[in-house]
Order: sequence, then structure tokens, then C-alpha cells
Amino acid sequence: MDTLLNNLDLFIGGFTTTVILFAWSAVFALVLGLIVGAMRVSPVPSMRAVGTVYVNLVRNTPLTLLMFFFAFGYPKLDLPQLTFTTLAICALSLYTATYVAEALRSGINTIPLGQAEAARAIGLGFGQSMTLVILPQALRAVIPPMMSVFIALLKNTTVAAGFGVAEAGRIRADLSERGEPAIIVLLWVALIFVLLVALLSIAQRRLEIRWKVAR
Amino acid sequence: MSSVLFDVPGPRAVRRGRIIGALTIVVVAAIFAFIIYRFYDTGQFTAKKWELFTFPYVQGQIVEAMLNTLRAFAVAAVLSLVLGLILVIGRLSVHKWISGPCIAFVELFRAIPLLILMMIMYYGLPPLGVSFVTPFVAVVTGLTLYNGAVLSEVFRAGIESLPKGQSEAAYAIGLRKSQVMRMILMPQALRAMAPVIVSQLVVVLKDTALGFIVTYQELLYTAKQLGGQFQFDSPIIPSTIVIATIYISLCLVLAGVAKLIEIRTRSSRSGKSGKKKGQAPVVLEGGAVLPVK
Repeated sequence: MDTLLNNLDLFIGGFTTTVILFAWSAVFALVLGLIVGAMRVSPVPSMRAVGTVYVNLVRNTPLTLLMFFFAFGYPKLDLPQLTFTTLAICALSLYTATYVAEALRSGINTIPLGQAEAARAIGLGFGQSMTLVILPQALRAVIPPMMSVFIALLKNTTVAAGFGVAEAGRIRADLSERGEPAIIVLLWVALIFVLLVALLSIAQRRLEIRWKVAR
Repeated sequence: MSSVLFDVPGPRAVRRGRIIGALTIVVVAAIFAFIIYRFYDTGQFTAKKWELFTFPYVQGQIVEAMLNTLRAFAVAAVLSLVLGLILVIGRLSVHKWISGPCIAFVELFRAIPLLILMMIMYYGLPPLGVSFVTPFVAVVTGLTLYNGAVLSEVFRAGIESLPKGQSEAAYAIGLRKSQVMRMILMPQALRAMAPVIVSQLVVVLKDTALGFIVTYQELLYTAKQLGGQFQFDSPIIPSTIVIATIYISLCLVLAGVAKLIEIRTRSSRSGKSGKKKGQAPVVLEGGAVLPVK
């Protein structure tokens, strides 16, 4: 307990960065994932191809590798200098977007065929049947898996700590300079993560009950 | 499914589709061209930066690193499969004192970030007098604990997806609990979940890259080392390209195996009136399994 209380500043700072990373990456991943997910079911073959290649390629790339590129490769490209935190958000968003897109696509797949057929039968085009009929239902079906994606994202933010972002995973390195035993620090970090994940799981269950599609 | 979302395009839609398609290709090509141009402009393609990779010694180093990655993957994959089986058997036990701890174990290790697990092993234990923790041990233990927990959930989803009649019939002909599990439920569950299990193994392979952060000498570690060679003008981007190619190919091969299994199990099942048609369950990162509809 002392380890936590005496170094509360570092713990709070670390987890604040974690939450910031999580929030920004979640927003960007959601936007990018929506676009990619829509591309994957679109009528235009080349869009489908781009979406599929992106998802398959990035899903089979370790997140650590993406981070590695952004942390060490990007600064060599003479592009606008960004902080490690921003770069970590880029990597996390690009990576998580593929999972968002996949969750979305399988959500769309759970919609009964009749829905899409009926939408077409009353003369709606692709855009209309997507936004008015399919997506509103798919989003509901997609909430539980989407929350799982975000839980994974929350845990994945720790990878950023390996690349110099002063994040929850980094607390150990900072505290070992203050002479705190590593194991206790790490167990506290793990415990806080368990609590955060539990929080998200509760939110997941709530949303799931609330948005359940009666079918 | 995607074919149901829109009609067979008419002449106008075809034209519009072509324009949008061309536009997509232009945008993607522009992004690629920009990245390649940045690479070119900052001299990433100069011979000096790539010369390093022509040395047999460096190539040997990369192969060695790849073997290290594969070694960690293989050991962790086998151990997490075993752990997953143990956990799911424990979890489905009727005795509360067995199933309770198993549920707690699974939930706990699914919630702790893998990197923190590895750090607990690597930085946390040695000061307590545990001396056998090499980076390899840390990586494998972390991977095993996490993926064992996730795989047990996958197995459970597989078992629960079986019709109830299977276990009822097995009990009716007088099999015992362990026999029902071993002879009836497990074989079917494993078969139904084979694609998901292999996809989870892809996650194991990907996550070996975390070993980089706890100084396990795998592919990324080598990439960093090679990228820091000053006499070759710090070829960090070339080495990332090389290592990324290796990593992604390894994962794609494994993902391809998953796809193959999925296609085979689907085609072998299509003859029967099985309740599972359509696609195999999708597994998301973190072990959430999407329901089969």
C-alpha cells in the first residue's frame, strides 16, 4: 500500500496517459474502422480489395512492430516531428481499426438477409439501405464484440510504454529509480488494469442488455 | 452477404462504380507514393543502408532471431493449449471448489495486459530470489498464462455450441463424466473451433514481438540492433522492412492454415444437416468469440 500511496503522483500520471492514449485511439480507430468496414462490404470491387488487404495485412502485423516503426522509423522520414504519444496513438488506431472493421463486418453478417432484401425491394440504394436499415441494427449486434475490441485496446496501450511513452506500463521503470520493489509496483499496475477492464466489462454488459435486439 | 446489400448494378451504377473505384485506387496509390517518396527522399534506398543485409553473418543473425521467435511461439502455443484444456475442464466441473478458482484464474489473466505479465516475470521475480527467469521464460510464461485463459474460453464456447443431446445421449449410454468430456464433447468442440484455435495461435505468434520490450532476442530486437549500426548509416527503416516482411509472412502463413481448416471443416459438414452453416465464429483480439448465426 505504501508503494502506491508514496508514489501516487507517478501512478496517477501514468494512468492518465493510458486513458488519454485509450480515448484518442478509440475515437480514431472507430472512425477508420467504420470507413474500412464500409469499404469491405461496398459494391465497388477495388474498395473491397483495398479494405481486405488492409485488414489482412495489419491484423497479421504485431502491434509492437507497428509501434517500432512509428517510434524509430518515423522520425527518420523528415516529416513533422510528433511526440511519442501522438505516434503511439497513430499505431494503436491503425491496429485497432482492423478489429473494429472486422467486428462491424461480422455484425452486418448477423443481419437476416430479409432485411437487406426488403430494403432493396422498397427501392433504397446501397448508401440508404446501409445507413437506414443495416447499420442501425448491426451496431446493436456489434456492441459486445466492439467493447471487447476496446478492452483489448486498453490493454494494448501498455505496449506504448516500451517505446518511451510515460504510460502505466512505464511506472515500474520510473519507480525502480526511487528504489521501490518492482514486483509490488507491477502488481499494483496489474490490479488497476484489472479494475479498469472490469469497469469496461460492466459497461459492456449494461449496453448489451439495453441494446439487445428483440428478434 | 455483401452481394445482398446491393443490386446487380445497372449501366449508371457501373459507371459510378468505376469512377469511385478509380478514385480509390488513385488515393491509395497516392498514399503509397508519398510513403515511398519519403523513404526515397530521406535516402532509405541507398545501397549503403542495405549493404548490411548482404553479409552472411547478418543473415545468420536474422535467421537465429527468427528461430528464437518461433521457439518462443512453439513452446508457448503447446503450453497454452494444455493450460486451456486444463482450465476448461476445471471450469466445467460441477464442483464449485474446482470451477470457482478456474473462473477466477481465467478472468484475472484475461484482464492483465500481456506486457505487464511479462514484466512481472522479468523484473518482478528476480529480486525475490527467483533465478531461472530468462527473457525466454518471461515471454513464454506470459504468453502461456494469457493465451491459456483465452483458449479455455474458446474451448468452452465450442463445447457450449454443441447440441445438448450429445452429452445427454452419452450419459444415457452410461459413460462417466470424464468419458463424456474426452470421447464425446472435446473431439467435436475441438473440430468446431479449430479455425478459431489456430487464429488464436496467430495472436500468440504476434505477441512474441512483445519479447522485444523485455529484451528477448527475437526478430524486433535484432531489427533494433541492426538498425543502430553507424557504419551502415543506421539502417533502421531497411531493417524494419526486412523484419516486418518476415513477421507478416509468418503470421500470414499461419492465418492461411486457419482459413484452410475453416474451409475444410465447412465443406465436410455441408453434407449433413448440421446446424452450423455459414461462416466459422470470428475471434477477436482478447478472446471474444462472435456468435455463429
